[in-house]
Amino acid sequence: MVHEAGSSDEMRERFDAWVAAENKVEPQDWMPEGYRKTLVRQISQHAHSEIIGMQPEGNWITRAPSLRRKAILLAKVQDEAGHGLYLYSAAETLNVSRDQMEADLMSGKAKYSSIFNYPTLTWADVGAIGWLVDGAAIVNQIPLCRCSYGPYARAMIRVCKEESFHQRQGFELMMALSQGTAEQKAMAQDALNRWWWPAVQMFGPPDNDSPHSAQNMAWKIKRFSNDDLRQKFIDMTVKQAQALDLEIPDPDLKYNEETGHWEIGEIDWDEFWAVVKGHGPASRQRMANKRNAHADGAWVREAAVAFAQKERARAQKAAA
Amino acid sequence: MSKVDALFETCLRLGDTALVMGQRLAEWSSKAPTVELDIALSNHALDMIGQAQLFLGYAGRVEGKGRDEEALAYHRQDFEFRNAMIAELPKGDFAFTVVRQFLFASFAEAFYERMLASTDADLAAIAGKAEKEMAYHMRHCGEWVVRLGDGTEESHQRAQAALDELWPYVHELFTTDDVDQAMIEKGILPDASTLKEEWLAHVKAVMARATLSLPEDDWMPSGGRTGQHTEHLAYLLAEMQVLPRTYPDAKW
Repeated sequence: MVHEAGSSDEMRERFDAWVAAENKVEPQDWMPEGYRKTLVRQISQHAHSEIIGMQPEGNWITRAPSLRRKAILLAKVQDEAGHGLYLYSAAETLNVSRDQMEADLMSGKAKYSSIFNYPTLTWADVGAIGWLVDGAAIVNQIPLCRCSYGPYARAMIRVCKEESFHQRQGFELMMALSQGTAEQKAMAQDALNRWWWPAVQMFGPPDNDSPHSAQNMAWKIKRFSNDDLRQKFIDMTVKQAQALDLEIPDPDLKYNEETGHWEIGEIDWDEFWAVVKGHGPASRQRMANKRNAHADGAWVREAAVAFAQKERARAQKAAA
Repeated sequence: MSKVDALFETCLRLGDTALVMGQRLAEWSSKAPTVELDIALSNHALDMIGQAQLFLGYAGRVEGKGRDEEALAYHRQDFEFRNAMIAELPKGDFAFTVVRQFLFASFAEAFYERMLASTDADLAAIAGKAEKEMAYHMRHCGEWVVRLGDGTEESHQRAQAALDELWPYVHELFTTDDVDQAMIEKGILPDASTLKEEWLAHVKAVMARATLSLPEDDWMPSGGRTGQHTEHLAYLLAEMQVLPRTYPDAKW
């Protein structure tokens, strides 16, 4: 571990060497403030994404078309809540409180993944999210299981296992639609049309426009560049779309025989940045839901605190 | 009514009550007071929907007309639903939800415990699973009833209001008719009417800890178990059944 001793330059050098040697950083270790801040931002953003990400799919729980699908969807959304909780706990080891993180989410100071600012308009969107959004999340997150920060890396191992299950469920749902009636197949294609580009954008801006990447790579928070991860997702997903007999909505999509990769057309980064800034079609709705649930639940949380205080007072009185 | 018809009817009553309770609980997703409670209410919803799948699946086999649990859940109208009306009342606030779940689970736990000894092996097996789940709901929601009742002035008022609003609907859980009698005589179903005293003692004890007063018994609406519902059920079903009804040929 990295002890707090010597000058800050010496500590910094020891830290860099420790991380470079693929050792894990633990909460009690000395760490550069930039490393801590980067992780707080990334882990809390990830936690918020899980929590806000419950909403788009949760939108279909009461309308799931079978009891089997309803149970699967409820359990999935519940898993996302669980991921949010592990990740909040991992962030708390970096000396930031969950209350603070939640307040930052609700004030709009903290961000979450832009993908959840798109609406789920049909049942097929539930499948498309599982297949594409969880698929992209897995590609992003598997390297995080080897992140230099121990609590985050360990949380990600469990999260990734559940995400890969969700991805298969989403694919299976899409398969049922694409092999179903003409209306179901059209619903699946429409969902792919709407979710493809936002999913491709989930890997973040291109490498030449991603200012913190080099430092995060050196700190082993990040292992692969945004563009490399994006390419991996595209190669994987194009084949899956073929298996589903659905068409990727990109007239420029082509296979490059030399590189062995699928190449896509131009990504609309203006749309991406607009959604990041809060101008996604469902951004305001997602935030309003979160704020309303929090405000509506205030009296319950207050009651729990008041009851605990009364119980403590009763115990003290009994002991006296 | 033949034995088969009475058994089918019985399975619908048990299954529909579980299904409608589950559907109401599921409405809490992303709306609960904390993330932990969101997870807990979804768990309860999953338990209720799981019970509904078992009861309705068995109902379909008993009926023998090729309907499975999905056909029974998604292709019947409100007057064909046999749930107790307490299940279909709108979800209300968190107090309403936990008071309802507590009152119902306290009944269901005692009922399924007796049903373990059913002469019908399928129902006895379902009771084995359902009884454990209901015991947990009763404990979890009971603890929340106590916290809300003995929490703040606001939470006390809300919990009392929920109890007052729900109380008339608890009595239907203990009613028995000819269908029930036929099942009770064959040892297939426990006699719900004999459980009220035990249930009331348990509810009173928890309400005392919660500093809540038990309402007077006056209005005792019933009819859900024979298909006469409140206005709320048709809306719940319209939402729940929209896809299978819009696309009747589709498989999901």
